[in-house]
Amino acid sequence: MKNRIRRGKTGKEEYALQVEGIGSRRFAPMLALPFSVYMLIFIAAPLVLIVLYSVCVDPPGDMSFTLSHFKRFFDFENPVYLQVLWRSFYIAVISTAICLLIGYPMAYILSRMRPTVRNILSVLFILPMWMNFLLRTYAWMSLLENTGLINTFLTAIGLPTMNIMYTQWAVVLGNVYNFLPFMILPIYNVLVKIDPAVVEAAQDLGANGRRVFTKIILPLSVPGVISGISMTFMPAITTFVISKLLGGGQYTLIGDLIEKQYKVTGDWGFGSVMSVIIMVLILLCMNLMPSSSRDHAGGGLL
Amino acid sequence: MQKELIRLENVVKNFGSTEILKGINLYINDSEFLTILGPSGCGKTTTLRIIGGFETPTSGRVWFDGRNITQVPPHKRQVNTVFQKYALFMHMNVYENVAFGLKLKKTPREEVDRRVHAMLDLVNLNGYGSRDAASLSGGEQQRVAIARALINRPKVLLLDEPLGALDLKLRKEMQLELKNMQKQLGITFIYVTHDQEEALTMSDTVVVMNHGVIQQIGTPIDIYNEPKNAFVADFIGQSNIISGTMLRDLEVEFEDRQFPCVDSGFGERTPVDVVVRPEDVQLVEPARGQLTGVVESVLFKGVHYEMVVDTGSFKWLVQSTVAAPAGSETGLFIAPDAIHIMKKGGVV
Repeated sequence: MKNRIRRGKTGKEEYALQVEGIGSRRFAPMLALPFSVYMLIFIAAPLVLIVLYSVCVDPPGDMSFTLSHFKRFFDFENPVYLQVLWRSFYIAVISTAICLLIGYPMAYILSRMRPTVRNILSVLFILPMWMNFLLRTYAWMSLLENTGLINTFLTAIGLPTMNIMYTQWAVVLGNVYNFLPFMILPIYNVLVKIDPAVVEAAQDLGANGRRVFTKIILPLSVPGVISGISMTFMPAITTFVISKLLGGGQYTLIGDLIEKQYKVTGDWGFGSVMSVIIMVLILLCMNLMPSSSRDHAGGGLL
Repeated sequence: MQKELIRLENVVKNFGSTEILKGINLYINDSEFLTILGPSGCGKTTTLRIIGGFETPTSGRVWFDGRNITQVPPHKRQVNTVFQKYALFMHMNVYENVAFGLKLKKTPREEVDRRVHAMLDLVNLNGYGSRDAASLSGGEQQRVAIARALINRPKVLLLDEPLGALDLKLRKEMQLELKNMQKQLGITFIYVTHDQEEALTMSDTVVVMNHGVIQQIGTPIDIYNEPKNAFVADFIGQSNIISGTMLRDLEVEFEDRQFPCVDSGFGERTPVDVVVRPEDVQLVEPARGQLTGVVESVLFKGVHYEMVVDTGSFKWLVQSTVAAPAGSETGLFIAPDAIHIMKKGGVV
């Protein structure tokens, strides 16, 4: 009897040793190797190169050090590039704000629906994203054009035509249309996870519908709002295809400018400078945003 | 003379085609500790949610202090709830959680401060005010939930299995504390649980429910000693439930033997359920027993031994401080007042 118990124990220990051998310490880091190599080649290395190129005279040919590209960008007497940066920034801010104003209520309504209905609806929201981004933007072109669907319809019912195409509002519209799902989904994800009992607790303590929203639901959804803003603001500030197609090249954004340096003028140094600047700007914006809901949710009431 | 505070009148609740509550009639007195007890899915939580205003009955009425509140939304009821999983506001600290109800009423800051601290005192959480709700242990969250609900000075506190997530020792402590709080504050507690021991320990009145129907309402002693049907007997503590025949008043037959009992009024030769508590079955020498059987198993339970005695036609559960060895033959004796007679399959 005693013997059997002891043998049983040994078996268990052996098994534990085996499991540990496969699962942990020595073997696990090996599994991360392929991805680490991928990251190194396709993300880390290009970043280093861009930072390096931004201080070179004419990369990749002349690699001697210079700050002339930066001086060219921050030329306050002729601030043409700063104007482009400013325009990119405010178009991105406006687009993100509109996404938030439309996206939050949509996510909220979606989260209130019965599970079957909301699964169907959330697929409908994601559906356009399955189509290529360029195709979607081209589709907007054919809608907005002077002889496009919208204006044809307006003429048909006897209304004056609208001149939206090639204005900055067309760019904003393109941004909002393309990035709206990135605003809705994170907010929706946070909202559906709010425990209904927490809402009931607030009602129980005397909160009416409006108070429940402002004191409970809104603060609890801040993390979703933050990631929604990040996920729309970042692509909006760096976009170049939308502004080119819908803005008709009149509303050059920083993304267009960078693309032009690399593909048209071949000034990689200047292109890299702008890339670095936009990266720093995005990092700054992300840092300014509160990282946890706690800071936002009426702390300091004590 | 106690004053009636809440009355449920023929309350029916359907979810889709399922009947959850099949006509609940119940009144609850002021300052009473009332427990709704039943297995999961019996409708006890739904009953509580109807009193709290989170569900509207399909039909029937809810009266509060003489006023029909059937359609009144939760935030306008003088009732507060302690939720099953506490449902604390995780984005706030302890102080803000407790102060929530008062701040909604625009209570002056000094009063909020005073009452929150008094409440934290009451639940033994002095000095926890600035802690994040998310950083608390289960027991502490529980106390915050109670403080948060009590600060509004409700006439009634609803508690939905509030101790379910706590470990045994903490649960016992909280049972006592809750009972003390209720006495101290003198408000009505309506407590929902599936734990029969909890119900018996804390309550003034126990309501036993099953399948959306109230099975019995009574004091813990009544419910335990005089269960009205086999379900209640089985649910409250352990029981031997055996089919028998009421031969005439004061005499019942089961296991092919006649037993004297104290019940009457069932008529003659009526089939009945006979309920005997395991602690009421006495082990005696085989010759002196009304029944004889073989001890099938013996379990040590701390205070007593729990044995299964097989008479050949029924396995009796017996609790006794003396153990008979497994495999031995023993006699069983059941005193007349230990035999409880119930109508067959009866629902009150």
